Amino acid sequence: MVEAVGLGINTRKRAAIAFYIALLSIGSLLAGCQGRERNGIVVAGSTSVQPYAEVLAEEFAVMYPESSIDVQGGGSSAGITAATSGTADIGMSSRELSEKEQHLWSKEIAKDGLAIIVHPDNPLRSLSLEQISLIYSGQATKWSDVGGSSESKIHIVTREEGSGTRSAFSDLVMGDVEISPRAIVQDSNGAVKQLISDDLNSIGFLSLGLVDDSVKALMLNGVKATKENIINGSYGLFRPFLFVVNGEPTDLALEFIDFAVSEQGREILSTEGLIAEE
Amino acid sequence: MNKDTISKMVFFILALSSISALALITGFIFIQGLPLFFKVGFANIVFGTKWAPSQGSFGIFPMIVGSVCVTLGATLLGVPIGVCCSIFLVEYCPASLSNLFRPAIQLLAGIPSVVYGFWGLLFIVPFIRNNLGGPGLSMLAGSMILGIMILPTIISISEVSLKDLPRQYKEGALALGMTHWQAIYSVLLPAARSGITAAIVLGIGRAIGETMAVIMVLGNAVALPESILDPIRTLTTNIGIEMGYATGDHQQALFATGIVLFVIIMILNSFAQYIARRK
Repeated sequence: MVEAVGLGINTRKRAAIAFYIALLSIGSLLAGCQGRERNGIVVAGSTSVQPYAEVLAEEFAVMYPESSIDVQGGGSSAGITAATSGTADIGMSSRELSEKEQHLWSKEIAKDGLAIIVHPDNPLRSLSLEQISLIYSGQATKWSDVGGSSESKIHIVTREEGSGTRSAFSDLVMGDVEISPRAIVQDSNGAVKQLISDDLNSIGFLSLGLVDDSVKALMLNGVKATKENIINGSYGLFRPFLFVVNGEPTDLALEFIDFAVSEQGREILSTEGLIAEE
Repeated sequence: MNKDTISKMVFFILALSSISALALITGFIFIQGLPLFFKVGFANIVFGTKWAPSQGSFGIFPMIVGSVCVTLGATLLGVPIGVCCSIFLVEYCPASLSNLFRPAIQLLAGIPSVVYGFWGLLFIVPFIRNNLGGPGLSMLAGSMILGIMILPTIISISEVSLKDLPRQYKEGALALGMTHWQAIYSVLLPAARSGITAAIVLGIGRAIGETMAVIMVLGNAVALPESILDPIRTLTTNIGIEMGYATGDHQQALFATGIVLFVIIMILNSFAQYIARRK
């Protein structure tokens, strides 16, 4: 009785469904067998760099229609691992290379600012690095603890473990201090922005290129979070976007990296919100 | 071979393919997840309270607590409504109304979970934030969403078990001078007990396995909750939120989370089957 209602599908229908699934999986297997095209490279890694690399790849394809550039995600560490092992021709990283990774060839294609954001109606205008660290470690729990006027609790918003944006924030702001486990975890830049724009008492961090009117970027020690201030060195929260290759890049990989740092490439990245000036 | 034998074979092989999918998935989860249990230790994973895979801490205890709390909340909200609804459908509902109710409940089961989650994020979360305080993304929001999502399971199975009771039960009770409500409360409900319990257990299984809707409304903080307004993370959302980046031990830790979830759901389902068969 329970089975009949709970599963709702009789055996014959289930067999038919299984049959279609089998057909579908055979189809996708065959499609997967075509393999890499002769004149193609794989670019894999940081999901923060990925959207920008995709734009570059599209423009590159206009100039070289016979080439194919396959841009994949996976995260900075996975990208560096893939470049080391040769699974990917170019790895993308949104953090500096660690000691162990120094033997790899790398090229910075742009810098990306990190903005500390709050609700637009939040009266707070500026924080210091120490204050941000106090908030995120859970020591400062009310806005009045960091110079605000409100006695409300601060709702900390962070990214998930493994995110490049989170690791950049950890390195630049937190140092050895851990982010409080009570922090709300959202799994994308979009979700963070949506939540902050909705909750008057929340604070979060976001790639500077993605900040818009729905949230307010805080000043750091009174310095505004702008491209100009990052270039002149007064705003310190930024991270490099790297292309990583095992050994000197050759052929198509070299052409693609050259394109990324050419005047045209820099202009594209700059329009997309990154800091790609020489 | 005659045609009958051939068709029998064909259907057997096709039926086998659905079972083998289950075997493949189960095998894969255990092969991927078990090594970490041996490496880090069972107790450190299941009872550890610190989750920081990049630093080698894989405690999922806060998430087990999270799953249990959210599911309990969903049960507290969903079971009374669901059981009362099934009693209404079987005992009180005029035919014209039941033609409206049944399709509506079926429709409730057909809404994709991401739609529930989105609706929760846009309506329930701000409602909690503005009226009860806290960040809104909370155990309460998750429980409310799941409480609604398990209604179709509970209603349809309870309804069938009430309907299946022999007519004589009710007629006898009424003939003894009981009122309609007394007959329901002291004769029909106890007689349908095993079916209703199975309905509740299957509802719980549905709630504990739900992922997409709760990722959006729970807040996903990895800490033991102090109140129902605190953000928490469940076992399912832990996998859902971190799988995109996970490699190496981190990935194995997510599969280990999957094993724990798998075992919990297996226990719940066998329990439901046992109760339903007992009669």
